[in-house]
Amino acid sequence: MRLMRNSVLLLLAVVFLGASAFAAGDTAPGREMARQATKGKELWITADHSKFDALKQPFKSGPEVTKACLTCHTEAGHQFHKTIHWTWLDPKAEKELKVGKGGLVVNNFCINIQSNEPRCTSCHAGYGWKNKDFDFSSQEKIDCLVCHEQTGTYKKFPAGAGNPAPPPGKKFKGNGKFYAAPEWNKVAQSVGRPTRKNCGTCHFYGGGGDGVKHGDLDSSMLKPAKTLDVHMGMDGQNFACTRCHSTVKHDIAGRIYSTPAATERKSLLEDDLGSKIMCESCHSARPHKSELGMKLNDHTDKLACQSCHIPTFARELPTKMWWDWSAAGKKKDGKPYVEKGEWGKPVYMTKKGDMRWEKNVVPEYYWFNGTIDTITAQTTIDPTKPVQVSKAVGSIEDKNSRIMPFKVHRGMTPYDKVNKNIVIPHLFGKDKDAYWKGYNWENAVAYGMKYAGLPFSGEVGFVETEYVYPTTHMVAPKENAVACEECHSKQGRLDKMTCFYMPGRDASAIVDAGGWFVVLASVVGVILHALGRIFIKGRKED
Amino acid sequence: MSGHNMKKIYLYSRFERFWHWTQSILIMLLMITGLEVHGVFTLFGFEKAVDLHNTLGISWLVLFVFIIFWLLTTGEWKQYIPTSKKLFDVAMYYASGIFKGEEHPVHKSKDAKHNPLQRLVYLGLSAILLPLQMVTGLLYWTYNDWAAYGLDFLSLNVVANVHMACAYALLAFLVVHIYMTTTGHNITAHIAAMFSGWEEVPEDYKAEEWEVHEK
Repeated sequence: MRLMRNSVLLLLAVVFLGASAFAAGDTAPGREMARQATKGKELWITADHSKFDALKQPFKSGPEVTKACLTCHTEAGHQFHKTIHWTWLDPKAEKELKVGKGGLVVNNFCINIQSNEPRCTSCHAGYGWKNKDFDFSSQEKIDCLVCHEQTGTYKKFPAGAGNPAPPPGKKFKGNGKFYAAPEWNKVAQSVGRPTRKNCGTCHFYGGGGDGVKHGDLDSSMLKPAKTLDVHMGMDGQNFACTRCHSTVKHDIAGRIYSTPAATERKSLLEDDLGSKIMCESCHSARPHKSELGMKLNDHTDKLACQSCHIPTFARELPTKMWWDWSAAGKKKDGKPYVEKGEWGKPVYMTKKGDMRWEKNVVPEYYWFNGTIDTITAQTTIDPTKPVQVSKAVGSIEDKNSRIMPFKVHRGMTPYDKVNKNIVIPHLFGKDKDAYWKGYNWENAVAYGMKYAGLPFSGEVGFVETEYVYPTTHMVAPKENAVACEECHSKQGRLDKMTCFYMPGRDASAIVDAGGWFVVLASVVGVILHALGRIFIKGRKED
Repeated sequence: MSGHNMKKIYLYSRFERFWHWTQSILIMLLMITGLEVHGVFTLFGFEKAVDLHNTLGISWLVLFVFIIFWLLTTGEWKQYIPTSKKLFDVAMYYASGIFKGEEHPVHKSKDAKHNPLQRLVYLGLSAILLPLQMVTGLLYWTYNDWAAYGLDFLSLNVVANVHMACAYALLAFLVVHIYMTTTGHNITAHIAAMFSGWEEVPEDYKAEEWEVHEK
């Protein structure tokens, strides 16, 4: 007995010592050097850009680098000019409507870029879009690096109209961070296929901060665990964005305004359509394999996969859910101020007004056919009820529509009280008319609307607005999917979708009341009958 | 019934007892899972309840096919031929006679297991209520294939509510049915007979001609 215990202890000791030796060895300089010697740069392509003479010139600016890129990638410029990453306009919408963030589309965040370009276009994959004069036909103004550089050091200045900070770098007052000027040769020679970091540089920070806009896209998606996103999880499939957002000639697959990601529900398993991204492209329309899965598969005609597989969004970082511009402009001791709430996020800013942040948000659900209707600053609105600045298109009758989860960002947004349209305020700038300098709505709106070439009555009001984001990232593993009774119950997730009968939620009041009445009457009847038998019989025996 | 000498007769065959009790278990489990799916209470959880309900429902359907086959081949279906003879007497017995200790106007015999009231109720049950419940259940279950079957004109709302209405009717039947088992010559006599097959009846009783049909 003692021998056995001793040998177990000995075994444990050996295992423990071995493991600690291993752990120590991991950081041993010798091992590290050996690794460096044997493990070179992993290339998946056939070219090493650090060996290209064209990239060894003494670059001083972004456009110079682009020029060098174009010497080999001769068609890249034409290709890129056609994409929404360059135009910021919906390629399918009529030109006059100016649909797109580069046009007159409004949202209920910072509303529109017109007259605010230097601050907004820091996310444009181009250099120097600071006003209406930006030359969209210039290939040299394309910023190849923001999507392709792999050093992780390349940063555009947040208020630089798409340009990085000039040497020796610059501090941005908005967040107090220092932005270094790029080492052009180093970043140029590092180029490769876009990674999560490249895409995330803009898409995680939409609205000017981490997770502000989307709720299903924020910096937690840089290195997510499988529980946060089953496809992108580092401990799971480890997909890059490009794995699904497949690209042809710089045209990246995805949903754009009224253009759905795919017009047809088709599986890659059945038909090779690599550029059409949908869950079904890989998973088919009958993805559930278990016995119980049969019923789940029956749901795929009416429910988007996301509805069950994204139980909540903003699971790790908060996202903005409410923005009340009407409260902006209050000062403390004559000075603009910021008040921070939970998670260190601003709940009041003199510049922007009241805001609310939420984490682990349960989505709202709408019928959705892949397209979103957006209004522009020219659309006439009805200010007596919440204005749907953007809304999901679809209905139960539409065969291509399914129930989809959305983040709905609500807020109070400035509008023209007389002309009844959302207005474009001039927010950013050093001039007195800029709201963030002069804090005068009438002046800021007059400037912004004039800049955009739109009429303004001079009267600014605030209207409640709603803006929808289809939730499609942060796909949870199946164990964490939405349970049946989350919808199949009274006051469940689909409470507001009353256009169909749902088991567990719906019932006919008449059938239920009548049914229980009959059952109850039967119970009362037999009880009375039984009592009758007992008492009358009992009396007789007396 | 104290005035009679009693004798035991073998009334319910082995298969008859088997289907009766299997069916009763299935119906009660269907009732529990069905009411849970309807949102009345939480026991198994919606997903499990739906799965159980579907499996039980299909099992019941299979059993029902066997029952009908058995009824047809053995001629036992004739036990369910409705009659108005003595129907009023039986109803009156349960309404008043039973309290006064009167004798049941109809006794069980091998050739006539059911009294006129039972015949009517069981016929309605097995020819209308249960098939309707099964058909609506089957439709409910195959909701996603309606278009393929050319049944798009159906509304889930209607099908589900008919299914629910039948369920309430069945539950009411169950209450009365179980209570009625206590009205034999002693409280458990009928239930015991449904287990053993042997029922106690008056020795000198012979089924009347109208009760008996050639099998």
